[in-house]
Amino acid sequence: MQRIGVFVCHCGTNIAATVDVKAVAEALGHEPGVVISQDYQYMCSESGQDLVKNAIKEHKLTGVVVCSCSPRMHENTFRKAAASAGLNPYLVEIANIREQCSWIHKEIASATEKAIILGKAAVAKVHLNAPLTAGESPVVKRALVIGGGIAGIQTALDIAEAGFDVDIVEKEPTIGGKMAQIDKTFPTLDCAACILTPKMVEAAQNEHITIHSFSEVADVKGFVGNFTVTIKKKARFVDETKCTGCGLCTEKCPMKKVPNEFNMGLDNRTAVYIPFAQAVPKVATIDPNYCLMLKNGKCGVCSKVCTAGAIDYKQTDKMVEQKYGAIVVATGFNPIKPEKYDEFAYSYCPDVVTSLELERLMNAAGPNGGTLLRPSDKTHPHTIVFVQCVGSRCDDEKGKPYCSKICCMYTAKHAMLIREKYPDTEVYVFYIDVRTPGKNFDEFYRRAVEQYNVHYIKGMVGKVTPKADGKIDVQASDLLANEQLHINADMVVLATAIEPDKSARPLATMLTTQMDTNDFFTEAHPKLRPVESATAGIFLSGACQGPKDIPETVAQASAAAAKAIGLLCKNSITCNPCVAHSDELMCNGCSACEKVCPYGAITYQDKEFRMPDRSTAIRRVASVNPAVCQGCGACTVACPSGAMDLNGFSNSQIMAEVDAICK
Amino acid sequence: MNKNLKNWVDITSGVNVLKCMRCGKCSATCPSYDEMEYHPHQFVYMVEKGNIEPLLNSKSLYKCLTCFACVERCPRGVEPAKVVEAVRLTAVRQQGNNHLIPDMIPDMLDEDLPQQAIVTAFRKYTK
Amino acid sequence: METFTYYPGCTLRTKAKDLDVYARKSAEALGIALVEPENWQCCGGAYTTATNEVATKLSAVRTLMAAKDSNGLVTVCSACHNVIKQTNYDISRNEAMANKVKQYLELDEAYTGETTVYHYLELLRDVVGFDKLKEKVVNPFKGKKIAAYYGCLLLRPSKALAMDDPENPTIMEDFIKAIGGTPVIYAQRNECCGGYITLEDKAQAAKRSNAVMNSAQSMGADMIITACPLCLYNLKKNSGSDMPVYYFTELLAEALGLKEANNE
Repeated sequence: MQRIGVFVCHCGTNIAATVDVKAVAEALGHEPGVVISQDYQYMCSESGQDLVKNAIKEHKLTGVVVCSCSPRMHENTFRKAAASAGLNPYLVEIANIREQCSWIHKEIASATEKAIILGKAAVAKVHLNAPLTAGESPVVKRALVIGGGIAGIQTALDIAEAGFDVDIVEKEPTIGGKMAQIDKTFPTLDCAACILTPKMVEAAQNEHITIHSFSEVADVKGFVGNFTVTIKKKARFVDETKCTGCGLCTEKCPMKKVPNEFNMGLDNRTAVYIPFAQAVPKVATIDPNYCLMLKNGKCGVCSKVCTAGAIDYKQTDKMVEQKYGAIVVATGFNPIKPEKYDEFAYSYCPDVVTSLELERLMNAAGPNGGTLLRPSDKTHPHTIVFVQCVGSRCDDEKGKPYCSKICCMYTAKHAMLIREKYPDTEVYVFYIDVRTPGKNFDEFYRRAVEQYNVHYIKGMVGKVTPKADGKIDVQASDLLANEQLHINADMVVLATAIEPDKSARPLATMLTTQMDTNDFFTEAHPKLRPVESATAGIFLSGACQGPKDIPETVAQASAAAAKAIGLLCKNSITCNPCVAHSDELMCNGCSACEKVCPYGAITYQDKEFRMPDRSTAIRRVASVNPAVCQGCGACTVACPSGAMDLNGFSNSQIMAEVDAICK
Repeated sequence: MNKNLKNWVDITSGVNVLKCMRCGKCSATCPSYDEMEYHPHQFVYMVEKGNIEPLLNSKSLYKCLTCFACVERCPRGVEPAKVVEAVRLTAVRQQGNNHLIPDMIPDMLDEDLPQQAIVTAFRKYTK
Repeated sequence: METFTYYPGCTLRTKAKDLDVYARKSAEALGIALVEPENWQCCGGAYTTATNEVATKLSAVRTLMAAKDSNGLVTVCSACHNVIKQTNYDISRNEAMANKVKQYLELDEAYTGETTVYHYLELLRDVVGFDKLKEKVVNPFKGKKIAAYYGCLLLRPSKALAMDDPENPTIMEDFIKAIGGTPVIYAQRNECCGGYITLEDKAQAAKRSNAVMNSAQSMGADMIITACPLCLYNLKKNSGSDMPVYYFTELLAEALGLKEANNE
């Protein structure tokens, strides 16, 4: 005979304002098997939990139903309470009468009725609950960091510091990411390369860190503590182990007209190249789209000059498989292409540039050796107009709905640096709002205005008209003066929105993690679990989770590392006992479940069965690896014969809930 | 504030003026800016505030070229030209308030002027 | 020979005969039959965006309905094109508008945007194909630097017109290339010429059309082409510039050998 206790939570006024909690407790008290039904102001509080614990002991309860918030919030709390009172934790059911009831309804009568129905469904289910015991699975003591920008580097260094092996997978030939392209950093104006490159070298030299450059994640299998990842090492046509990075091949390569992506296409590189002087690993890569040898079979100069014998035109992509306990995503961002906003004339006027292009134009290792010159005629610009929010803060159809967060500060930095270095240059910044939350940020922006006399104008640029004399007419509004301005400029700089790297979306699918509509990875909780994804064992580092500046990125990178270390420190982790199992007698061997399983948890085995006529037969039946199964239930729906069932969410339990609701 | 008037303009334009984030791009791109006493961003803001009477009596109503540059370039999809149109219609729909009357036309003509211009002006300026 | 419904509009029968005559001649040479519906009416010249305007949208709906069962409705004049396409776009998304129009016109069933509307340039691009056009050119505009003037009506609002990228269009430039010319890219190509303001305020029309002509000329254009009679008028009469202005159909006919060549 079942003895069930029902506990209805007020959640202050969150539930009680819309749901008559006393009526709910009263109604559920009459359900079959219910021996005690109570309400309380905060069931999750210590005294609320004591109420549950005492009732379990006093009434010798065989099942508990808590009518409260979403199970995501407090299922674990009540399971622990039940366990401490001697009841198997999986005999606790939560009826969500907050998010799915009180918060979305206005009328007390109908909300109360719904809460009672939800409670009845939970009571019906708990009648069929069976005690479950969680197993354990070992943790592989190695972490994977996807992306080798400042976020990935910092995470890897911190994990390595704790003594764990960590691999960085970077799709470009070198680690360093966007920060390597930046000239100076705000608000301190220290040189980005000077603070980044030592970290890159540290990562390369750390005995715990392996860098897979020019590589991509091709496949991910497994689960928290035990991921199996296939890494594609793309053919770079240079033997990494032999190349000394001397650069002779890049000097001699006859194909010199390849747009240099490191300098945003503002100058050219050779077909065999090392992206920049401080690249890590400092190894050459051959670009097969331009290499004359790879395209036409004629040349071979690099191979001839390489004294190390590192050139290998026959190299192919290589797949490497490795096991990891934790995965950190650090895939970063890219600025959008501003062609869509061609009222700014970006697509056809070389002197209209993006902010990242300006970084290269001002960088000592950039196309002009650090002297700011116009791309069109290599003359010094005397009037420069900055346009903020290009593609940010837009209606969904026009661009990105979010603020890109970093533009206000880097524009203040650009404006200040230009005024410092070229005091004869007039600098205008058109802004909608100047957003400077951050330590020493607003002070920095004010310095640009007050000390450097950068002209900040509240308004937007509406039309950019390049003229025959090389000048650029910038038509803009000055909202405070209520005027339309025409500025005769030499250069226009667009602060383009940033967006997640394009590789993030397919990666999220591989990792079964969630993304928002903008393709930023979704954190497990926006406030309390900001560096974990909702998928166990997958952590988030840097701008792949949302727009961030460098200090924030580094902080989040270290936080993600701490979370990963917390996992790697454990020898084993408790598994979810709510996994699928197949009834081998009913299984017809159709493979439907195997095909839908996203975790690869189902395999088929040939097993010997005793048939009704006492003969034996070999039958092909499904078998679930409980350590790999995540309990998603896809197989139970796909199974045509009803052989597949899920612990804790069995077909009969779900039907009982449906019956209770429809009664 | 005349709530009925604001309501009427909101319905006529079909525009949600609350979407405006005050960037001023409409006024930055407007080819008639210098000819207007109230500029596109002011139309949007004044309609939001319900301060519509000054707009009804302003020559600015007849300076908008309906070129849709503001509609196309507004980052928030506010469509300021539709707001201007709604206020203008509210003005010319009032009896005796046509901005253009047929008697005025002969003086405006020349031999090359396409009638498209006259038709369009009547569409815009009269009821 | 493919047949399309052809809507010339009022101006093309009077002040802008060149736009019309050469459009029809060229279409025939390119294997397209253009059939005019009977008793067509003026489109109104400007689309009234107001949600509570119905009567001003009716003539465009009549035209659209006349082409409902054909391969599509072809327009040449930018203004007609703009009015008809915007009407078609709005009526296809607004059931209340479709029902009101149905009651006004006493239709058996509501018209909800079934007709496909082509601007003549779209017809060249999407039906004839610029490659095919290029093959038929006998008098190429070799060495001629031609500025395409889109103005405002051809591209905007882009949601409704869906003809080309509203800020970086290529359709007229591709047309210029097809007839052997060299397109000139200039910033003011998609800014307004002043339009109907010429009636009331010559100075404003002059300012606008001058900005357009200046921008094109300074980028090295020898001539400028348009699809709009009012643009042509403003650019010719109000801009103060002496750079030649043509309808694109004039150049098309010339390139196809259907018009006396003045492209030497």
